[in-house]
Amino acid sequence: MAVLLIAEHNNKELRPFTLNAATAASQIDSDVHAVIIGQNSADAAKQLSELPVVKKVLSVEGAHYENFTAENFAPVIVKLAENYSHIVCSANTFGKNLMPRIAAHLDISQVSDIIKVISPDTFLRPIYAGNAFATIKSNDAKKCVTIRPTSFDPCESTGGSAPIEKVDASEEFSNTKFIKREEIKSDRPELGTARIVVSGGRGMQSGDNFKLITEIADKLGAAIGASRAAVDAGYISNDHQVGQTGKVVVPDLYIAVGISGAIQHLAGMKESKVIVAINKDGEAPIFSVADYGLEADLFEALPQFMEELNKLNTIQK
Amino acid sequence: MKILVAVKRVIDYNVQIRVKEDGTGVVTDNVKMSTNPPDDNAIEEAVKIKEAGKATEVVAVTVGEEKAQETVRKALAVGADRGIHVKVDGILEPLAVSKILQKIVDKEKPDLVFMGKQAIDDDCNQTGQMLSALLNWPQATFASKIDVKDNKLEVTREIDEGLETIEINVPAIVTCDLRLNEPRYASLPNIMKAKKKPIEEIAASDLGVDVSPRLEQLKVEEPPKRKAGIKVANVAELVQKLKNEAKVI
Repeated sequence: MAVLLIAEHNNKELRPFTLNAATAASQIDSDVHAVIIGQNSADAAKQLSELPVVKKVLSVEGAHYENFTAENFAPVIVKLAENYSHIVCSANTFGKNLMPRIAAHLDISQVSDIIKVISPDTFLRPIYAGNAFATIKSNDAKKCVTIRPTSFDPCESTGGSAPIEKVDASEEFSNTKFIKREEIKSDRPELGTARIVVSGGRGMQSGDNFKLITEIADKLGAAIGASRAAVDAGYISNDHQVGQTGKVVVPDLYIAVGISGAIQHLAGMKESKVIVAINKDGEAPIFSVADYGLEADLFEALPQFMEELNKLNTIQK
Repeated sequence: MKILVAVKRVIDYNVQIRVKEDGTGVVTDNVKMSTNPPDDNAIEEAVKIKEAGKATEVVAVTVGEEKAQETVRKALAVGADRGIHVKVDGILEPLAVSKILQKIVDKEKPDLVFMGKQAIDDDCNQTGQMLSALLNWPQATFASKIDVKDNKLEVTREIDEGLETIEINVPAIVTCDLRLNEPRYASLPNIMKAKKKPIEEIAASDLGVDVSPRLEQLKVEEPPKRKAGIKVANVAELVQKLKNEAKVI
């Protein structure tokens, strides 16, 4: 039986992690079908059909799907599930919200946030904020699996031409009503997929001081991250949080500024290729994962960092 | 309105996790245990709603071994009215826990069920969503703000793109984010008072729920360690290393 991938999108286009989830799905079985549930989402469905790993697209449209409410999405997938061995989606807030609702309806014990497909029934996943890795074998007849997007490369996005099949909508769940979404629009790269991330912690001392980080991020074409302490203190909005209960990032370069490095923060960034820590406390745990540590007052170091960057002839983007 | 709050006993968030040498799990003997942090936020929110006169009773429930009862006792010390301890040994999967909680909901008939959005031990992030599926109730996950309005809740949810606000009809499930509130500490008099509050003990086996595991944990291992890095003397050296050695800028 084939694998069913749940596409994440914004009704206009696919969200980038759908491509990472598609890669994971294709490692479970080469026969991958993808379902897209939305409202006026034909363009995103077409994009999905062009992923070479996807063999068939199922498109479900309805006004009650416009805002991705799990209570409306789950019954659609539950109905489709009988034809599939696995149901797969990203372990971001979209998939975390949705997949357990599907799994419980199907009486399946979900495997969350996998970082590796060992075999179609066995997966590797981090536990305890990534301080241990567990190898988990599912003995359920069907599997519900969410994948950690940053642990799988995005699949090719063009060249495929899967057929798109319409599927009937399910009834609306009337006890949940969408009110609004406040998305923070930014010209910077997305935190989850950025090549470089510059993050600030409690050491930044104020939201205003984050402009020191913004400047450097703009110069490097980087996304901006933050520790939970910085978000809790109101220096920056929640969508920037990196860590166990925030986002997991795996950039080529992660620059942690004024972040002590609690294990909950390390959980979200320690797989980064190169880690830089700038902190005035030489004993801060962040230095234990840093490739390059600079023990310095960030209010002196960041302006100097900017100066040094300005001296460079070229900067990779 | 009656609020049921589910709490879980986990290894304290400050403890450095050690993997057992035989690969069967992590070391829990002589390790400090605490209430799962976002479950503390769930209790705090329920107690605040009661203090605001919008709830009549807060019931704390835990599912687990003998010592799990400590988490219920702690909830009672910060304002929950009574407790329920569903006794069961061994590790339960979130599906099993949600089936047990479903039975408790059938019995207690709460209007709201609160719990943390994720347990910091297995990091599954499933139980609340599974329980709402089993009950066919609305779910508000990752809540950072809750407004109680008659028989509705307006909930602000933390999502990857920012914030989302939804309105859900009661009865409903809410899973709580750490930013929902600042959990209070229990005062000594309240800890003493909590000792007199009732905790009902129920054997999981009496609930008629199949809690047998569906997943096999084949191995638990240490994650690969990062190679030790170096300290640089100044910013100029740092930028030079990033440019010429790591070649990332």
